[in-house]
Amino acid sequence: MKNYYNSIEEFNNVPGQEEEKFEKEHKSAVLELFEDDIAKKPSSRRDFLKVFGFSVTSAAVLASCEKPIHKAIPYVIQPEEIVPGKALHYASSYFDGHEYASILVKTRDGRPIKIEGNTLSVFNGKGTSARVQASVLSLYDDARLKAPLSGNSPISWDLADREIINSLADINNSGGEIVLLTSSIISPSTKRLIAEFGAGFTNFRWVQYDAVSYSAILEANQQVFGKKVIPDFRFDKANTIVSFNADFLGSWLAPVHFISSYTSRRKLDEGQNDMLRHIHFESGMSLTGSNADQRIPIRPSREKIILANLYNKIADALGKEVFDVPECDLDIEGVVAELLGNKGKSVVVSGTNDTSIQLIVNAINLLLGNYETCVDLDNPLNLANGTDAAMEDLLKDLSAEKVSALILYNVNPAYDFHSSEAFVAALSAIKLSVNMSTEFNETVGLCKFECPVHHYLESWSDAEITPGQLSLTQPCIHPIFDTRSFQDSLLTWSGVQTSWHEYLKNSWKENYFPLSKQSGFEAFWTGSLKDGVYAYSGEKLKSPEIQYGSIAAALESVDPGQEEGFEVLFYPSVSLGNGKHSNNPWLMELPDPVAKLCWDNVAAISPMDAEELGILTGDVVKLGENFSIPAFVQPGQAKGTLSIALGYGHSQAGKVADKVGVNVYPFAKFIGGNRKMGFSISQIEKSIDKVELALTQTHHSMEGRAIVRETSLSKYLKDPASGNELHAKHESNHQTLYPDVKYDGFHWGLGIDLNSCVGCSACVIACQAENNIPVVGKSEVQKRRIMHWIKIDRYYSDSPQQPMVVFQPLMCQHCDNAPCENVCPVSATNHSSEGLNQMSYNRCIGTKYCINNCPYKVRRFNWYRYTNNKAFDFNAVSDLGKMVLNPDVTVRERGVVEKCTFCAQRIQETKLAAKLEGRAVADGDVQPACVQSCPSNALIFGNMNDKESKVSKMKADPRNYHLLEELHTLPSVGYLTKVRNVEE
Amino acid sequence: MYNRSIRGPLVEGNKTYGQISSDIMAPIDARPGMWWYLTMAIASVAALFGFYAIYITVSKGIGTWGLNNSVGWGWEIINFVWWIGIGHAGTAFSIFLLILRQRWRTSINRAAEAMTVVAVGCAALFPALHMGRVWLAFFIFPYPNTRGPLWVNFNSPLFWDFIAISAYLLISFSFWYMGMLPDFATIRDKTTSKVKKAVYGFFSMGWTGGSHQWIRFESLSFILGGIAAVLVVSVHSIVSTDFAVGVIPGWHTTLFPPYFVVGAIFSGFAMVMTMMVVVRKVYKLNDYITDNHMDAIARILTFISLIMGTAYATEVFMAWYSGNEYEMFTFFRNRVTGEYSVQFWGMVICNAIIPQLFWFRKIRKSTWGLLWISLAINLGMWFERFNIVVTSLANDFLPSNWVSYTPTIIEIGIYVGTIGLFVVGVLLFFRYIPMIAISEVKGVLNIGSKIDD
Repeated sequence: MKNYYNSIEEFNNVPGQEEEKFEKEHKSAVLELFEDDIAKKPSSRRDFLKVFGFSVTSAAVLASCEKPIHKAIPYVIQPEEIVPGKALHYASSYFDGHEYASILVKTRDGRPIKIEGNTLSVFNGKGTSARVQASVLSLYDDARLKAPLSGNSPISWDLADREIINSLADINNSGGEIVLLTSSIISPSTKRLIAEFGAGFTNFRWVQYDAVSYSAILEANQQVFGKKVIPDFRFDKANTIVSFNADFLGSWLAPVHFISSYTSRRKLDEGQNDMLRHIHFESGMSLTGSNADQRIPIRPSREKIILANLYNKIADALGKEVFDVPECDLDIEGVVAELLGNKGKSVVVSGTNDTSIQLIVNAINLLLGNYETCVDLDNPLNLANGTDAAMEDLLKDLSAEKVSALILYNVNPAYDFHSSEAFVAALSAIKLSVNMSTEFNETVGLCKFECPVHHYLESWSDAEITPGQLSLTQPCIHPIFDTRSFQDSLLTWSGVQTSWHEYLKNSWKENYFPLSKQSGFEAFWTGSLKDGVYAYSGEKLKSPEIQYGSIAAALESVDPGQEEGFEVLFYPSVSLGNGKHSNNPWLMELPDPVAKLCWDNVAAISPMDAEELGILTGDVVKLGENFSIPAFVQPGQAKGTLSIALGYGHSQAGKVADKVGVNVYPFAKFIGGNRKMGFSISQIEKSIDKVELALTQTHHSMEGRAIVRETSLSKYLKDPASGNELHAKHESNHQTLYPDVKYDGFHWGLGIDLNSCVGCSACVIACQAENNIPVVGKSEVQKRRIMHWIKIDRYYSDSPQQPMVVFQPLMCQHCDNAPCENVCPVSATNHSSEGLNQMSYNRCIGTKYCINNCPYKVRRFNWYRYTNNKAFDFNAVSDLGKMVLNPDVTVRERGVVEKCTFCAQRIQETKLAAKLEGRAVADGDVQPACVQSCPSNALIFGNMNDKESKVSKMKADPRNYHLLEELHTLPSVGYLTKVRNVEE
Repeated sequence: MYNRSIRGPLVEGNKTYGQISSDIMAPIDARPGMWWYLTMAIASVAALFGFYAIYITVSKGIGTWGLNNSVGWGWEIINFVWWIGIGHAGTAFSIFLLILRQRWRTSINRAAEAMTVVAVGCAALFPALHMGRVWLAFFIFPYPNTRGPLWVNFNSPLFWDFIAISAYLLISFSFWYMGMLPDFATIRDKTTSKVKKAVYGFFSMGWTGGSHQWIRFESLSFILGGIAAVLVVSVHSIVSTDFAVGVIPGWHTTLFPPYFVVGAIFSGFAMVMTMMVVVRKVYKLNDYITDNHMDAIARILTFISLIMGTAYATEVFMAWYSGNEYEMFTFFRNRVTGEYSVQFWGMVICNAIIPQLFWFRKIRKSTWGLLWISLAINLGMWFERFNIVVTSLANDFLPSNWVSYTPTIIEIGIYVGTIGLFVVGVLLFFRYIPMIAISEVKGVLNIGSKIDD
């Protein structure tokens, strides 16, 4: 082909030059930037644009790709026992001054994340309460005091110690009184330390103070038996329980301990076919009252008359002395007959803090011979030591400025003492005042020095719950803040060089090691630490002669009680207890098991009074001149009474607790040597204000549906399937077009004994802790968006005046024919080969169709982003609060559906562990969080393919039924009918 | 076939072909009146409010709605079904009346089809928005992916929904657009504005009106019409399975597919009537959309209203006849007398009773009568969906889960927004597209006006 040219220049060009020119013109503009001599070249406008474009683009690209940096700091020296991703369990003990539990602390990568009951403990076993379960979150509370303070300014420990030691010495030299005010101390070593500390001063007093006092029981037993103790109530040995205002299944003394012994006599499996009968007298509707076979609403002031009449009738029948007491308008013949029929096998118990009432209770138990068996004074519960009079005396001395130094430990009198104002006023006049507290609370800032103490998960301690039953508390994490244990502070201030850890070890070496008959102390010590508990047979207290004088005095002075007006009663709630842990968001959002209310306290009013006064739930009522509080119409509330939960209305406890509800502690009264939790008013006034309460259940009737099936003991004994007749009918109707699905290997199932479940709600918090369930706050709960995967449904039957109550734990039923599964458009929820209804969060697009089509409505939706969202600043925003998260469970994103997984992560972990050990998974190896926490063993989990497993036996029980079984959803969760011990 | 002496002419006023073109195209060339700008402004504000509500929903979460643990679907699904129902009008008009050889449809079907497209578009917003993670909505597409063996769930009615709605939107849009080709060409030929010439020229896709084109046009109409006829029935049947497949009392009903389809056509026709009453007034198109047209729609509504009444009665009867305690509760206590009884009786009165007023000729002839009754039906159909969606969920099997449901301003905002969007769409349609199919009306010009029938 001929060569054509465009111009004469082109014609003249040498062929080689052309390539060069082409290269120069067409070379990548970007590559040019990387040439060596680019910096030397003169830059043109085009170069500028190139550089500009390149750098802006690359800056934009790089900036948009950057992810937030989280630093993971590795161990410099890897601790031997820590394997990343593997949980370690440490045995420890929980005691907050009120409630005790022997526990196992699950730690992951050095962080405590879950509390379990210690199965070696004879006191609580594997069971825990909601409050114990939630205590791990309090460790990561942002509101905790982080360092010592002098007044309101930070101070170093050294300086604080020097000043405190100097001023203690000054006071001691001048003969001033030094008072140590603590909550009840059950640690024997701490008691020894306090004794030693006190011995260093000439004028020292130790006062123990309980926010919720059991002083009357202590006093009454002191007067009658010469022992200032609280007996252990052995419900497991009793055939009849008659209780008065004692919520022993909810919040009174040791609920977990009592639930397990109570329900052990309410079960109808393994050949057991008798039940204890429980008759309960009370004013408010408590958890215990809800579980009673017979519940009689009474005014609090009538309690003494009823007890006195009960005494007289029993004494009369037994030919003992009868006293002249006002007549009782209640028919108690049945109760009398019941008790007389079970002499020595019954318990009469009252929770009222009134010595004369407790004296009459003692008298009745004495008449019935219950101290031989069911009311154990020899192994008393070492839970509360505070006497109200001692605190009252202290206040008097404080006000009279007789006290020179006051050291507070684990008490919050500025919040929970009835004369808190006087107390606070007296504090300022004291020469030296030191406050030692873990929590941030109302008392903080009132003393000269704040010496914050470790959380119990950071501390060493021991506890002796009943004589001879010891347990140890060991630190499971390095102290997060600049805190120091109470005992270390005492040791420092008394000039002793040893650390509290050493002291504790020595104390055990001297006192308990010799009893153990073991050869080496280290082995004894590590063994005790590993087990968490150690039992020895201590010396029994000598029982002096029984003194009947005070009983007679109590019975002779029974006043006629109050007929008119309202009697207001305060009670520690199941969720918040005495208010010490109110800033714990899990507890704050735990609905009261009976009222189904959270994020508020209310005045529970009887339906009759409410109707008379035209009061509806949510109406704000004015209680005399005292305070205003929302009313709550509570079926079962005694007429003429109001019940208000303690623990609310904090002013300085943290972002969760502050300004929630009303603090009613200041309205308690010191009457007749006891603190009375309540007051009387002539009338209540309805105001025009109305508030919306955060209720998690608003419909209370089962509408005649066979949801909770129940029967009576007599009917059950005739026909074990009584009350459950529908089950056989529905089973016979099950038809399907599809082939049966076979589950090889495992087929997981859960059995729930409605007779054992008392509704304590420990499972709810256990589940929340295990599964990273977010707290959503009051307004979201009001919108009925609580996230709990397990909830306790509560239904009333019979009249609103005297309702019967049933509880039903409800979680995902893991239906083998699940309605949720086939409607998900993206198969985000599906069925596993082991019968689990699974949820894959990554796949979920949030259509909520599964929520709608679930007949049990147990699926939860992430309406908002609950993590790292300032609008939900409870515990999932700060880095500290998020330390409680379980790394085995995904934190769910906004917009996805979640629900109970049967703790799939635990199933997997157990299966892997069994595989490594080369064995089969044994029955009971897998315990979902709810099952593990249950104090009454009402929940049983296992493999339904294994016919010998507990759960299979439960499913074969004639009492077993499935919820809404007529829908052919084939749930893996079964319920056993509730059996009441009533005549029918 | 068409009896002039009984039914009167289809086009009144002795029009010529030229007059028809200029009459119908008049709004396109003329500047719209003040009312148009005013309505447009109000509708745009509503639409903007809707967009704001959507922004809040997407940025903050579904929590900004009034839904809760028991009621997972609320206004968004009610409105979705409501809009889809309205979206049935156009296709029903074009196809069913075509099959039934009702040639009077010609002056209405274009507007009805436009309404369909806009309404289905509005409807399609809701299923997307009600997703918790709308940014992952593409998970619902059945396409080969790298996310392992995950595949859509062909058992799920929501997936059927997705297929049905997309198909319906596609077909009704094609059918509507295809029908407009000759008219776009007419505008292109008639207009004097260069811009309009270019734009309409582009959209007319080179239509010349040759006989070959007409033949293909007719056969394509026929094919699309055939597909659309099936879709009209299938779309709402499938939407109804969202509920009918569920176990919830009040949802679990085999009656739903026909009940939904009839209800959809009912609401669609009512919306057409609402729109036509207004349009013939403001655009003075009484000669094309005659009293007889309105009369015919009213008669159809009367008949469908009777079907709706029967369906409601059947539902209640079946609840009683089944003896199922949950159904009994849902129908007799929850709907008829319970918290939501206003919505139940609203539905019965608006859908089954009020339209029966159309038995009176006077009301069928009255503009206000037509307007108010058609609006009542639209309201009634909304109540019907509320009844189905919310009352069933709020009080289902376990009383512990019973709740009340109240919408939030955000949910209401999205609904108001879609109404705004709908009005904007319809107004733009009136402004830029011949609202009556010119070519088809010309075909029926002589029917009834010459003595040859």
